[in-house]
Amino acid sequence: MAEATLVEAINLALARAMQDDPDVVVLGEDVGVNGGVFRATAGLQKRFGAERVLDTPLAELLISGLCVGMAAQGLKPVGEIQFMGFIYPCLDQLVNHASRLRNRTQGRLTCPMVLRTPHGAGIRAPEHHSESTEAMLAHIPGLRVVMPSSPERAYGLLLAAIRDPDPVVFLEPTRLYRAAKGEVEDNGEALPLDVAFVLREGRDLTLISWGAMLKETMAAADALSTEGIAAEVIDLATLKPYDEDTVLGSVAKTGRCVIVHEAARTGGFGAEIAATIAERRLSSLLAPVTRVTGYDTIVPMARLEQYYMPSVERIVTAARKVCQFS
Amino acid sequence: MASRRVNQDLPVIARFEVRRRNYLAPDGSIQRPLPAFASDAKLLVTLYRSMVLLRLFDRKAVALQRTGRLGTYAVSLGQEAVSVGIASAMREEDVLLPSYRDNGALLWRGVKLEEILLFWGGDERGNQFSGPVHDFPFCVPVGSQAPHAAGVAYALKLRKQSRVAVCLFGDGATSKGDVYEAMNFAGVHKLPVVFVVTNNQWAISVPLRLQTACETLAQKAIAAGFTGEQVDGNDVVAVRAAAEEAIAAARDANSPRFIEAVTYRLGDHTTSDDAARYRSAEEVQARWKEEPIARLRAYLVAQKIWSKGDEEQLAAECHERVEAAAGRYLATAPRRPETMFDHLYADLPKVYAAQRRELAGDHDG
Ligand SMILES: Cc1ncc(C[n+]2csc(CCOP(=O)(O)OP(=O)(O)O)c2C)c(N)n1
Repeated sequence: MAEATLVEAINLALARAMQDDPDVVVLGEDVGVNGGVFRATAGLQKRFGAERVLDTPLAELLISGLCVGMAAQGLKPVGEIQFMGFIYPCLDQLVNHASRLRNRTQGRLTCPMVLRTPHGAGIRAPEHHSESTEAMLAHIPGLRVVMPSSPERAYGLLLAAIRDPDPVVFLEPTRLYRAAKGEVEDNGEALPLDVAFVLREGRDLTLISWGAMLKETMAAADALSTEGIAAEVIDLATLKPYDEDTVLGSVAKTGRCVIVHEAARTGGFGAEIAATIAERRLSSLLAPVTRVTGYDTIVPMARLEQYYMPSVERIVTAARKVCQFS
Repeated sequence: MASRRVNQDLPVIARFEVRRRNYLAPDGSIQRPLPAFASDAKLLVTLYRSMVLLRLFDRKAVALQRTGRLGTYAVSLGQEAVSVGIASAMREEDVLLPSYRDNGALLWRGVKLEEILLFWGGDERGNQFSGPVHDFPFCVPVGSQAPHAAGVAYALKLRKQSRVAVCLFGDGATSKGDVYEAMNFAGVHKLPVVFVVTNNQWAISVPLRLQTACETLAQKAIAAGFTGEQVDGNDVVAVRAAAEEAIAAARDANSPRFIEAVTYRLGDHTTSDDAARYRSAEEVQARWKEEPIARLRAYLVAQKIWSKGDEEQLAAECHERVEAAAGRYLATAPRRPETMFDHLYADLPKVYAAQRRELAGDHDG
């Protein structure tokens, strides 16, 4: 086993998938010679050729639409959108075609594509480079939305996404690309999709998050433990469809829940989880489900972005309040 | 125009031209030597029969819609030569990516009349059709099928298959970035794809002159780096000849092509539209003189390939086929509500099983 950063783990998974399956094709802006702006596709073109690792024109709608056409012919395209702020031209293709090709043709055509993009703030990037609109994507029926929070899960979940017979949007926490390091065994083994990972067990409180925010969430759990509060931490990992069983099981045990995401609060995915808990586990609840989120503002540029994103302190404060509720 | 006069002293570094193809005049007379396939009387008659079937089918579909037995429907009236002519030049293994008005192409590809009715009648099983399994279903978001065609063509080229993607869309679609993005990519990668714009002069109520300031739509191919040709879209011989040549270029030389088929939508945009609101009866009347079916019939009759008796027999045959298909469509039982979850994913995620049961329960109860 070797130590890898999250972006290196992505690169390992892409290389492994391309090596195992000649139908896997990587495409996007600057993914070839340059190896991607974050180097996620570094070395792939040299190894697999320019036909399978292609630099597309600068056209995001095209990238997603090409994936649909390729996938319908049985290729397994993995498209890259350079930043989440540029994924919006792809929404037309994701909503109207990728997510529904199987259903509208009753299985005659399918769309086994992956669209990868960096997700979230915290790298002091220019405007439009720090977005986290995963809830928008998770609302689309027929799609899978997956977000790893560690190199190990990045590797295993990306392999799973590429092997999945349906379209997957794979959101990569930009802030963790280099900051997260971990042991990654390049053994070609996928991790399961649609399954949440319990990162830490606890009986007093459930903390739920995904992507980069798990860093703060885990730190908050550490801090809470020094106060004698044992928090269970869940990495949701797949947002669409999300693992209700793990969430509800944990809340049934702890009776208290704080959901953490850096996306804006209104209509965020935290609302979905809170609603499910209210509908299905109200009787287990000892306190209102609480959200710690980004604010309902545009993600601010570098000077203010640290105030936008949930901090360890905000999470700890919310958790304390939930634990003290009676 | 002023813009053409300025900078005249600067050297010209590129010139482009756009050609137009037509063989049959509106009265069916020959304008220039016909392409080789036109000596095949049987083929010409088959093209003719397909166009007539399509016209009668359209009429039946509209009648079904007017009596509440079909949803909104898009008629091909006046444009029959385009989708029939294009599809007739394709091979079975080629991939069709049609727009919602390309019934003629689907019919030629083997899709059953009742399957087309099922689609417009609101049943996804119409898209699970008997045409080639790899063909795309009708595309409703205008122009969004063009990037698919480029993706399909890329896959065909990557696998070194001798197959061509053929993508149809309307003049309105050429205003969208989708179409340009797809054509541009096809040009860069020299893909086996033919883009066809059915220029029927109108995008619902918006006329071509508000869609583009270009003299032709064919010239849009120039910006993508390949050949665009304009063809008389009311002359099925010309459409098929252009398609044959373009598809051969795409197949043999991996050279993308663009065809602008100039025709006219004689009917309403769809059954929900009233074209009288935005265009005059005189305009439409004048365009009836150019329509494709009468034109080919005049030629066939002049060549003594077709007679009044043939015409009557064909009308009876088409009537019977269309009525039988409508009967089968109307007799098709609706799917159970919970089947809306079928084919949502390869395997339905566990969390949605309860929703599916809820629908199934409501249905039983
Ligand atoms: C992206 C998109 N915008 C708007 C519509 C609504 N709409 C349906 S057909 C149409 C006009 C299309 O005109 P054209 O491309 O010329 O094709 P035609 O209907 O004439 O065959 C419009 C605006 C749509 N289906 N898709």
